[in-house]
Amino acid sequence: MSLTELTIADAASGLRARKFSAVELVRAHTDAIAALNPRLNAYITTTADEALKAAQQADEVLAKGEARSLTGIPLGIKDLFCTNGVRTTAASNILKNFVPPYESTVTANLLRDGAVFVGKTNLDEFAMGSANITSAFGPVENPWKRNGDDAALVPGGSSGGSAAAVAAGLAMGATGTDTGGSIRQPAAYCGIVGLKPTYGRCSRFGTIAYASSLDQAGPMARSVRDCAIMLQSMAGFDERDSTSVNCDVPDYSAAVGRSLKGLKVGIPAEYRAEGLSAEIAAAWQQGIEWLKAAGCEIVDVSLPHTKYGLATYYIVAPAECSSNLARYDGLRFGERVPGDTLDAMYEATRRAGFGPEVRRRIMMGTYVLSAGYYDAYYLKAQKVRTLIRRDFTEAFQKVDVLLTPTAPTPAFAQGEQSDDPVQMYLNDIFTVPASMAGMPAMSVPVGLGATGLPLGLQLIGRPFDEETLLATGSALEQAAGFTHRPAIRAEAAK
Amino acid sequence: MTYTIEGKTGAWEIVVGLEVHAQVISHSKLFSGASASYGGEPNTHVSLVDAGFPGMLPVLNQECVAQAIRTGLGLRARINLESRFDRKNYFYADLPTGYQISQFTHPIVGEGTVEIELADGTVRHIGITRLHMEQDAGKSMHDQDPARSFIDLNRAGVALMEIVSEPDIRCPEEAGAYLRKLRQILRYLGTCDGNMEEGSMRADVNVSVRKAGEPFRTRCEIKNVNSIRYVMHAIEVEATRQIEVWEDGGEVDQETRLFDPSRNETRSLRSKEDAHDYRYFPDPDLLPLVVEQEWVDELERALPELPDDKRDRFIKEYGIPRYDASVLVAEQAIADYYEEVAKGRDARLAANWVTGDLFGALNRTGRTITDSPISAAALGGMLDLVSDKTINGKIAKEVFEDMLETGDSAAAIVERKGLKQVTDTGAIDAAVADVMARNADKVEEYRGGKDRLFGFFVGQVMKAMAGKANPAMVNEALKKVL
Repeated sequence: MSLTELTIADAASGLRARKFSAVELVRAHTDAIAALNPRLNAYITTTADEALKAAQQADEVLAKGEARSLTGIPLGIKDLFCTNGVRTTAASNILKNFVPPYESTVTANLLRDGAVFVGKTNLDEFAMGSANITSAFGPVENPWKRNGDDAALVPGGSSGGSAAAVAAGLAMGATGTDTGGSIRQPAAYCGIVGLKPTYGRCSRFGTIAYASSLDQAGPMARSVRDCAIMLQSMAGFDERDSTSVNCDVPDYSAAVGRSLKGLKVGIPAEYRAEGLSAEIAAAWQQGIEWLKAAGCEIVDVSLPHTKYGLATYYIVAPAECSSNLARYDGLRFGERVPGDTLDAMYEATRRAGFGPEVRRRIMMGTYVLSAGYYDAYYLKAQKVRTLIRRDFTEAFQKVDVLLTPTAPTPAFAQGEQSDDPVQMYLNDIFTVPASMAGMPAMSVPVGLGATGLPLGLQLIGRPFDEETLLATGSALEQAAGFTHRPAIRAEAAK
Repeated sequence: MTYTIEGKTGAWEIVVGLEVHAQVISHSKLFSGASASYGGEPNTHVSLVDAGFPGMLPVLNQECVAQAIRTGLGLRARINLESRFDRKNYFYADLPTGYQISQFTHPIVGEGTVEIELADGTVRHIGITRLHMEQDAGKSMHDQDPARSFIDLNRAGVALMEIVSEPDIRCPEEAGAYLRKLRQILRYLGTCDGNMEEGSMRADVNVSVRKAGEPFRTRCEIKNVNSIRYVMHAIEVEATRQIEVWEDGGEVDQETRLFDPSRNETRSLRSKEDAHDYRYFPDPDLLPLVVEQEWVDELERALPELPDDKRDRFIKEYGIPRYDASVLVAEQAIADYYEEVAKGRDARLAANWVTGDLFGALNRTGRTITDSPISAAALGGMLDLVSDKTINGKIAKEVFEDMLETGDSAAAIVERKGLKQVTDTGAIDAAVADVMARNADKVEEYRGGKDRLFGFFVGQVMKAMAGKANPAMVNEALKKVL
């Protein structure tokens, strides 16, 4: 099998068995990036030279028999994680030349375990978007094609570059961040696995903030097991992030393939929403049958406040972002546009530095926090958020995991939904509630729809029970036997 | 007597509340590991967190929390076991993140009280509304370059305590007494150095005026006044301005003003309409701050004796007047000095010497108690010589001056100068006889009923004996022969 088609688990054994070297493995990926990135635009910054150097070191470590879980594995890093000495842009003009002198905790953990970073992946500007079309560095193209249609499709967002890179074989895995669905929805659109851990599981230190109470880093890869391997490395308490949680990190790989006998799977009635495409409804039903066959008990549950999820999210997330993005003022780092007064400089800098979607969310957030509106919007949203969390807590008294669709539709074409921001926001309707509640959730590809595009199902678990997600996800993965690959991929490009 | 200002329409009362920003004494800043020490080259005490770099997160410094709790306890205030940090959002060049982290809705310390004493001995209690923790901003320097401003972030992120009083203050003197007392408590606790010149303590002054018996009228806030004297001036100036506005038929606008000491006036900084909308909301990077009652108890047990308690103890233990006790507890170091002098000695005499001659000497030499040229042990040694009648009170003054100059011990000076008090009756009698002989006319006058001359004879004898005679024995001897 081609090196760009391997899973992380298989590549790790291949490296240990000396079937190929880390340099060969990494070079296969950097070559693929050189060949395909001009079209896909999955990476903002590529670091082939550094990656090959790191691969040589990985080979030395392998030769000494001191390999760690990710030694020599080429990964893409969402360009929201600060990487020491490597430009980190958040896909924004305001940071287009920003080179952090520090490493995020999550990427430091991956480096500790031997991972090789091949580049910084594209995203929606400051992770705000669902189609990866708001990037200042241009849109990412989904490597999948509709049957008989060459239209460029969106990869989903905001971790669209990561999803496209992993799907196309430009990385074996990639980091994503998920605020309202930014790992799960692009994973579904690109036919890969994406896991958003429990809020507090991975440190946010060194990750550029969008909405602090929601942002959570997670793995994106081509198998459930690969996500488990990556999460093992990424997760853990960090005293530099007060919201990271000090609890043990279990052996995630051990959960993969675990028996599901007697597991109670909840099916929330409220996710049978309007606008759910027939093919996704069918995939959902198929998922239910597979889990039944794996020994699960299917239980109907209700999450009555689901319908308020999206509205609440679009109050809380912009509110936090309006404050989080205030530091981009052109003074200490980032791009500056001069002005005659301090205020004029702020205005010019931020007008030139931020794209329309970021500006929209800053304006919304500023509005909902303003005197006179705070109670009606922000405070109310926080109360509803508590109710959404309670819905999940109550459901998890009856069931162990929830199964829902990840997104209402498969990937759409660039330009198809971008005129109406509210229509765009609806892509996150199924992913936002788990984000608001801080629950862990995962998207697993389960098949192709009528037009030949991948469809994903979402699993939502109890706080810090990523293991049940991985166990259930691997059962779906196995039952689905999802081996489809996108039209544009490294192997096919040869 | 209520303090009032006389206007055209009669007497006006003033109503004042103070918001004091006190910089917390701590090694590092409120949410970062950077040094919180004063001074340093610009931008040398700055971490990536303080500079608001992308992805940086605040981590609460527990020592600052302990300091806030100690201060709360010192203000006899309620400690809130659960408090919260909010973001106060505004753009300014010396505010790197674009928001200040502050405890807006849920402060760590609730209601308390501060006892103040006025010059006439009146004691009043000023209510404390709350104390909360917040970050300081950096410093903008506009005078370094004709076209550019410079920013120093050394102070950015340093922990401040904002201590808010109730509008209980009714005159400039009370405001001064309150600030001095607050500073005294903070210094005793070691939670703030109270140095207003360096800006580690600053006050925002809320002032309004009213006729007796009225509810509160509109107030103005005078920002960032940096000395106690200026606070007292500002209150008077602002109250007078407001009275004029009201009496001219106008309305006082709620606004923020600045005090200009050089022109002795306040000027409008911004009106209520221009007031910032700070868009406060809970900081999502920080969890609610929960402290255990056991920890608060532990901090309380370790608190030093507070000034009021010390004053009361001095009155009781040393039998000194309340006024002297208040003076002696003004600073911890003075109180410690006094106690060392007083221990095992005549405590009243010790109090007189410390508050009288020693303070005078410190004033003259521009020293403070901590670098006093005469140590407590040395002053005590001198008092011992007075008590055992080696020297008398008058000679003691001479010895004290010599100690100040030479640093020698009292005993050494007495020895060197031969100042030992003469108690030899023979020598005294001889001196008396000599004085009588040389002043035969005065003796006649005295015996003729001019009693006032007794003092003259005492003086002459003492002079003859170079002041060293035991005054009681001189009296005795004179009475005998006269």
